[in-house]
Amino acid sequence: MRHLVLLLTLSLSVLAVEARVEAYHFDDPVQEARYKQLIDELRCLVCQNQNLADSNAELAQDMRRLTYEMVSKGASNEEVAMFMVERYGDFVLYRPPFKTSTAMLWIGPFIILAVGVLVLVMFIRKRAGEPSPALDTQDHERAKRLLDDKGR
Amino acid sequence: MKARYLVPLGIFVLLVVFLGIGLTLNPRDVPSVLIDKPAPRFTLPDLFDPARTVNAADFDGEVWLLNVWGTWCPECWREHGFLMQLARNEGVKIVGIDWRDERAAALEMLRNEGNPFAAVGFDPESTAIMDWGVYGAPETFLIDRAGNIRWKHTGALTPKLWREELQPLMAKLKEQSP
Repeated sequence: MRHLVLLLTLSLSVLAVEARVEAYHFDDPVQEARYKQLIDELRCLVCQNQNLADSNAELAQDMRRLTYEMVSKGASNEEVAMFMVERYGDFVLYRPPFKTSTAMLWIGPFIILAVGVLVLVMFIRKRAGEPSPALDTQDHERAKRLLDDKGR
Repeated sequence: MKARYLVPLGIFVLLVVFLGIGLTLNPRDVPSVLIDKPAPRFTLPDLFDPARTVNAADFDGEVWLLNVWGTWCPECWREHGFLMQLARNEGVKIVGIDWRDERAAALEMLRNEGNPFAAVGFDPESTAIMDWGVYGAPETFLIDRAGNIRWKHTGALTPKLWREELQPLMAKLKEQSP
């Protein structure tokens, strides 16, 4: 049963890959690699959490075609990215450039990390300064019982 | 000691506020980079007569709307009645781009529902719309006399939008000389 499920899931994933209809032909393997890199890094604006390579939206098809045309005509990666940004804004890039409007996006995670580390350090320091609580005889006996119990 | 227990509550409230803001934002409202930039030029075959073309340059010196639509887009059908009203009662000049559509279907829709457009360019291959940074339909742009894009809306136009944003802005732009 498990194998069957696995098999079905795998075949579905193959279907998903096949769903990308158009296959562009490049004479130059370098251009092909650049095309693949570009459609990996450009965002489809219709289905906002997919890149151009993964999306089947019609706009993504058009954007792939345009990318193909530009790359095969010899445009550099920067030129293609610029062309898209001029029309769709930084949002189209999965790796937006660093500027004031995107600063929080880039620095934010590090700020949160720093705050986390700070809180952790403060917490550990505070705990280290505290004396461990004194145990009375009753506690000692209970601890011994438990330890003996475990030994058996 | 008491204040310490308020910290998680504070964090929780902060989180709720941020998530609340996130929920009310429209993820489709990607800020257009084209606002206040020259409107891209296009030359498209005329929807009504393939032998003729519709050019962006035909509307130079006017205040006009560019509306991207298609018969495949449900919101465009919903918007259509209001576009008719704008064109007929308010005298708004609307130029349409029929995007990724079938010519026959588009013509039939305009025949049955009325035609609010001063001209319609036919763009089945997304040649023009990509220059305008369009990624969905309907999308509407406002172009001023100098040929700059001044306003953009993603989604259907509504009477509320017209009253609150578009109408005042258009009135202001119409007063300006080119």
